[in-house]
Amino acid sequence: MALRNIDIGAGASAFLEPERKKGIVIDIPILLITLSIAGLGFIVLYSAAGENSSVVLRQVLRFGVALVVFGILAQVSPRLLRIWAPWIFSMALIFLLMVMFRGEMGGGAQRWLDIGIVRFQPSEIMKISVPMMVAWFMHERSLPPTFIQLFILLLIFCVPTFLIAQQPDLGTALLVMFSGGATVLLAGLSIRLIAIIGVLALSCIPVLWGYMLEYQRARVLTFLSPESDPLGAGYNIIQSKIALGSGGLFGKGWLNGTQSRLEFLPERSTDFIFAVMGEEFGLLGLLFLLGLYLLLVGRGLYIASQAQDTFTRLLAGGLSLTFFVYVFVNSGMVSGLLPIVGVPLPLVSAGGTSMVTLMAGFGILASIHGNRKLLAS
Amino acid sequence: MNSTVKLKDHWKEQKLFLSRLVTAGVIILVLVGVLIWRLFQLQVVDHELFAELSQGNRLRIQPLAPTRGLIYDRNGIILAENLPTWELTATPEQVLDLDSRLQSLGDLGLINPAASESLIELVRSHRGFEQVKLANLSETQAARFAVRRHHFSGVDIQEGLIRSYPFGDLTSHAVGYVSSISSSDLQRINRRDYAATSLIGKSGIERSYEVTLRGSVGYRQQVVNAQGRILLDPVAVGASPISDPSQGTLETRWPTPGKNVYLGLDVRLQLAAHRALEGRRGAAVAIEPGTGDILALVSMPTFDPNRFAVGLTQADFQKLNNDPDKPLFQRALTGHYPPGSTVKPFLGLAALHYDLIDPDSREMCPGHFILPGTSHRYRDWKPEGHGPIDLHQSIVQSCDTYFYQLAVKLGIDQIHGFLTSFGFGERTGIDVMNENMGVIPSREWKRTQFTQREDQTWYPGETVITGIGQGFTLVTPLQLAHATAVLATSGQRFKPRLVIATEDPVTGEILNHDPVLLDIIGNVEEPHWERITQAMVGVTEELQGSGHNAMRGTQYSVAGKTGTAQVFSLAADETYDAEEIDESLRDHGLFIAYAPVESPTIAIAVIVENGGGGGATAAPVARQILDAYFLEDPNGSEKH
Repeated sequence: MALRNIDIGAGASAFLEPERKKGIVIDIPILLITLSIAGLGFIVLYSAAGENSSVVLRQVLRFGVALVVFGILAQVSPRLLRIWAPWIFSMALIFLLMVMFRGEMGGGAQRWLDIGIVRFQPSEIMKISVPMMVAWFMHERSLPPTFIQLFILLLIFCVPTFLIAQQPDLGTALLVMFSGGATVLLAGLSIRLIAIIGVLALSCIPVLWGYMLEYQRARVLTFLSPESDPLGAGYNIIQSKIALGSGGLFGKGWLNGTQSRLEFLPERSTDFIFAVMGEEFGLLGLLFLLGLYLLLVGRGLYIASQAQDTFTRLLAGGLSLTFFVYVFVNSGMVSGLLPIVGVPLPLVSAGGTSMVTLMAGFGILASIHGNRKLLAS
Repeated sequence: MNSTVKLKDHWKEQKLFLSRLVTAGVIILVLVGVLIWRLFQLQVVDHELFAELSQGNRLRIQPLAPTRGLIYDRNGIILAENLPTWELTATPEQVLDLDSRLQSLGDLGLINPAASESLIELVRSHRGFEQVKLANLSETQAARFAVRRHHFSGVDIQEGLIRSYPFGDLTSHAVGYVSSISSSDLQRINRRDYAATSLIGKSGIERSYEVTLRGSVGYRQQVVNAQGRILLDPVAVGASPISDPSQGTLETRWPTPGKNVYLGLDVRLQLAAHRALEGRRGAAVAIEPGTGDILALVSMPTFDPNRFAVGLTQADFQKLNNDPDKPLFQRALTGHYPPGSTVKPFLGLAALHYDLIDPDSREMCPGHFILPGTSHRYRDWKPEGHGPIDLHQSIVQSCDTYFYQLAVKLGIDQIHGFLTSFGFGERTGIDVMNENMGVIPSREWKRTQFTQREDQTWYPGETVITGIGQGFTLVTPLQLAHATAVLATSGQRFKPRLVIATEDPVTGEILNHDPVLLDIIGNVEEPHWERITQAMVGVTEELQGSGHNAMRGTQYSVAGKTGTAQVFSLAADETYDAEEIDESLRDHGLFIAYAPVESPTIAIAVIVENGGGGGATAAPVARQILDAYFLEDPNGSEKH
């Protein structure tokens, strides 16, 4: 068994070895779609921020930085990523622990780590490094994972999830857990086990409830009946539903959304920007945006299907699914399908860290695909 | 062979992965379908409803603040009220450049420039549409702002109410104070309840009865135009919100004012205790034994709660907080002191109850006590000794030697059990927060309290000094007053309480709270109580009594006991000289008392930190309180 595993590893790396260091790897479809989404985002943000062009400019600059990160990561070969995966994961884990013990307070929760020059959220790195770690772990083992392997995989994504939930940042914790979980699912987890885990997860809900803070419980309760609390926690969701609904099929037109203009809609340039878009561009506008997102996810899944070893396959699949969950959780919470957990709309919401993480993920996808092509030729 | 297995695995794995990918794709499509269906519901099916709502969303919700309940003393004298004031407020989402706006407000002298950092944090911690109070303004400040109002979008002045404590520092430790909601308060409260309120109870009654006093928030809907200007406001119009049909669906829910609260406190006693302790560090607590009502609760030095309500700068707060005399420290409830000789009546009672002594037989007091088989001398306060002395005189003259012996007879286990039944060593359950437990040591306590094995053993010498209220024993002034009240009622323990009634300000209905009887010490026989009472009367009435000087010539009968608690210990060959040692190391003076002896209506405990002998420093404070209670009562016979 052990011998066979080594054989596969050695064989696969020999197969990958003759890399041609020629040309720059850029995935044109990904680049075009992300540019379209971000561009659309700038237009909506201009309206949401009350025609404040400096807010948009800052966002353009952030996207520029994110594009650079995208370009750089696209040049890093998947083999290197695989070798680095456990180190990146360990670093991120240490950062998380550091945040726990002496992180800066930011917005009531402890999320930021200041290491002299840069100030960042280690939980963001986890969104990428968890699927990377899961893919690394399964790379030299045969699929599907055995029961013991599954247990280790659970640890890999549950420990960071727990640490992030302690910060407390429930939204990011859920995303990190999902990014790991999705990758494990792709690794070929049997349907029976999925069902068992599903039941276990459901039975965890009362325990989780006990651990939640007052404001997090309030969010869930308000999600179940928002109208009961118009002054408090229900305010956001009521206002965002009004914004979406009043937008209708065609929308009120750019810069004409009363909900956002009159500042009824809270956090309209960040978490609730989807509602601004729905109010001003209507259902058709939202369908267009969702179409772009689906294209991007589709491209990611296609890259996963074309990938040639377990690591790249799982990583590409996991990142793509995570991106979709990002989109779904945000639009779901704004439209009242899901509780409000504070997840931004990818590439559109104002804010820097998540944009860089997302584009880094796409850079990895581009690299996986680009290097595969080189091999094929 | 080996390589075929590899190849097979490879294909199988890819097939497995692809099938999972397809499953994921299907799930994605289903979820997107659900999302689109939801958006279709909102944006097409229910479009008209929401369009109407968004029209109505010219309706803005404006929270309305409830009026905070008033606090009265037992005679209806007001201790905390609300006075009209001007408030400078900001609406975060409408203030574009917070830093420079605050700068300009500071330049105008409307806010303290030093506080702008914390104000920024305060504004940021609120949601965009919530009004945040920046400062209270005087009449002239308000006028100064009013003429420049157009420079400050999102900043406004409005009439408000400010909390005021007419007696200032006299009642601060009992009533507590309110202050601006801090970011740490936001963690523990439901924000909705404070949507229109900027003050929250921080200590004392204001904190413990926060929910009762606060009331509940209301709101009104206002019609605003596209610029957010208010067009129609049912409340500002002045009409009743329901009667005017033109206002259609404008909804108003009026706030429910907070309930008024009546305390058992008597301001006259409070004043007497305050004056008597002026310039010292210490505490005085007076309790009505038959109900547990707190008649006076003074901790000195103290502070002016009005400064907190108006808004204290960080520097001013630090100054208060770092004052070496600790004015913010609630000594009456949280101060830990050795009880000294005030513990003697309780231990005397214990020895009678367990039948360990013959109260009439005299023991020899040579001025010191030596445990059999050891050489250490436990000294009496009177170096030449009291000679032969019985229980009665031992309490009257506070003979230490007698009680050293008595403690050894009782043993630490019985001492612990008996004192605990008087409420020592546990929280009394008073209706304000942050009460301390004190310590009544036991073998078990020592085992759990120390880590070193040699420290965990209970030594006989420790029992000896427990007999005069020294060693590990610690009590709070409240516990001491509470236990004295139990002595006064011959064993009835009422839970100490500050609040005796609440009043609905709308209906005027008063709800009296019943006293809570915690326990009755029923197994101690009546003659034993009587004997201790007589001894405590002797303390104040007999010439040799240690409290005689302070209680000379009272028109009421007083049972009392003095105490002098050592803060640091002397070696056997040293003598105590108050002049020679640092003030902070001087003895604490204590006094407990109840009166009138026949049917007690007041029980008192007084502690004067580093005051020296209890008879000389603490007993006069108790005298002032008792005189105020019995002699100055304007209504004369109300209580006795």
